[in-house]
Amino acid sequence: MLKRIVIGVCGASLLGLGLFSLYAWNSSIDPVTPPLTKDYSPEVIAQGKILASAGYCSTCHTPPGGQEYAGNYEMHTEFGTIYSSNITPDVKTGIGSWSEEAFMRAMRTGVSRDGHHLLPAFPYEHFNKMSDQDINAIYAYIMTSIPAVEQVKKDNGIPFPLNIRALQAGWKLLFADTGQFVKDSAQSEQWNRGAYLAEGVAHCGACHTPRNALGGEKYDEMYQGAAIDGWIAPSLTETSTSPIPWRAQDFYEYLTTGNSPYHGSAAGPMAPVMHKGLSALPDSDIEAISVYFAANNGTDQSIDPSTSESLKSAIAAQHKQADLRIDEGARLYATTCQACHYSSETIVKGRPLITLGSSTHLDKPTNLVNIMLDGVRSDQGIHGVVMPGFRNALSDQDIASIAAYLRQAAGEESWPKLLEQVGEIRNQPRFEH
Amino acid sequence: MAKFILNGELKSADVESDTPLLWVIRDELEMTGTKFGCGIGTCGACTVHVGGRATRSCITPVSSVEGAEITTIEGLAEKDDHPLQISWKKIQVPQCGYCQSGQIMQAAALLKDIPNPSDKDIDAVMGGNLCRCMTYIRIRDAIHEAANKIKEHNDEQNI
Repeated sequence: MLKRIVIGVCGASLLGLGLFSLYAWNSSIDPVTPPLTKDYSPEVIAQGKILASAGYCSTCHTPPGGQEYAGNYEMHTEFGTIYSSNITPDVKTGIGSWSEEAFMRAMRTGVSRDGHHLLPAFPYEHFNKMSDQDINAIYAYIMTSIPAVEQVKKDNGIPFPLNIRALQAGWKLLFADTGQFVKDSAQSEQWNRGAYLAEGVAHCGACHTPRNALGGEKYDEMYQGAAIDGWIAPSLTETSTSPIPWRAQDFYEYLTTGNSPYHGSAAGPMAPVMHKGLSALPDSDIEAISVYFAANNGTDQSIDPSTSESLKSAIAAQHKQADLRIDEGARLYATTCQACHYSSETIVKGRPLITLGSSTHLDKPTNLVNIMLDGVRSDQGIHGVVMPGFRNALSDQDIASIAAYLRQAAGEESWPKLLEQVGEIRNQPRFEH
Repeated sequence: MAKFILNGELKSADVESDTPLLWVIRDELEMTGTKFGCGIGTCGACTVHVGGRATRSCITPVSSVEGAEITTIEGLAEKDDHPLQISWKKIQVPQCGYCQSGQIMQAAALLKDIPNPSDKDIDAVMGGNLCRCMTYIRIRDAIHEAANKIKEHNDEQNI
């Protein structure tokens, strides 16, 4: 009897493994010689350039100071350190021998030309929402306009057994949304355009949607905010903790200027998203994305932030300062921050009130502390304006005092174990953005 | 190689990327109007404008200002005749004078955003600019005086 059970279990396991292998196996697509510029119309290549920018190919496929699209950008994941691939048209080490078909399969299903599964750090489940035409345009742009660079990809630091690529097939089966983009006929053309861009090429959910223990996006918590690269990508839904709601025009201002005076600046990983990425899109597309996200968070578009109670009380609160001789946080804020972070009657752009800023109202101090430590460069936030970092000027205790003061002035509960958290944030790996 | 626009001119400096902007301005480009005070961004002596906003240059790495437009006290007004510079002289604000270029740069940024500041506004925005000679009362008066002059000037323009 026992023998039969053992044989049965083994047989079923083998059959299962066999079927899984069959499922996980992908054929190699024959190599081709790289296409030439004359094979495409200039309009298609130009469109591909815009889309490659809006998909931030360069952000992950170009290491700091390295050659464009040549890969080896280092990414720290919960599963180990990984390096991006060389996607220049180099035949030996890049994608020079990839046909349009191979590129399409990679973008839609995360399978390399030779048939091996790509890791989901490459957000193919988003790129899969793009039209054939748009994916082909990106292919045309890369193959004709990006200089080929011979550079071998570094080995990933993912431990066994997670490094078995066939397992990725199981991951895809369980977690990846393999459906293509479907228009919502109940929504406007503009909303649908925004949804197409945000869910597809711009892959907003890759950072703003929380992930499960195995790194799959939790689609039922879409855009509700998540930790990414040592920062918090805030919620873009009605669960947002911003005291002043985001209207379409606030999203638009944020995405076109790098800053919303009522919410904050595009810092950390969000800075290249807008300055190097979405800025390539035409205004009408940014408007569409803004309309899409404003509808998602259900904000009443007729509200006027400049007359809101939140703004009035934040401005009034500036004058109800604590005793500077006693409250260390208030004292440090007054001498270190207030020269810029003070507004008289209305908010002036570039003079944001931190008590209103999104980073003060998140559940964790991560973003606020990151900005205090490393500031905002001229190519982040508002273009050409900087905030210096106080990493070498203020101690953990100083930063924790200021953060605690701001949190209290903003009417929020204090962050637990703030001093320890500041220390952890200071020492976390710093990502080059 | 760091590149930025200083007082309207494109400048470059062959320095490490983490070199403070203040060092580049003073030691590399030899513009010494901007002063070194505390070195940790809490006294205001090193204040310059980056993109029109007052910025402590001692803790701003030069890599942060790549391509940005920077104004120092030397470039605030062509003939050193910014309304604040005039009111500064008229009221005889400085005593030792070490902090004044930072004070004036901070005050100029203040008047751009808040053209008619109250005493409270001035105290809040200027609170990070220390003056060891304690000329704060005269600093405040000079800012009010300059604000009035700018307003008179604008009113005349509008007539």
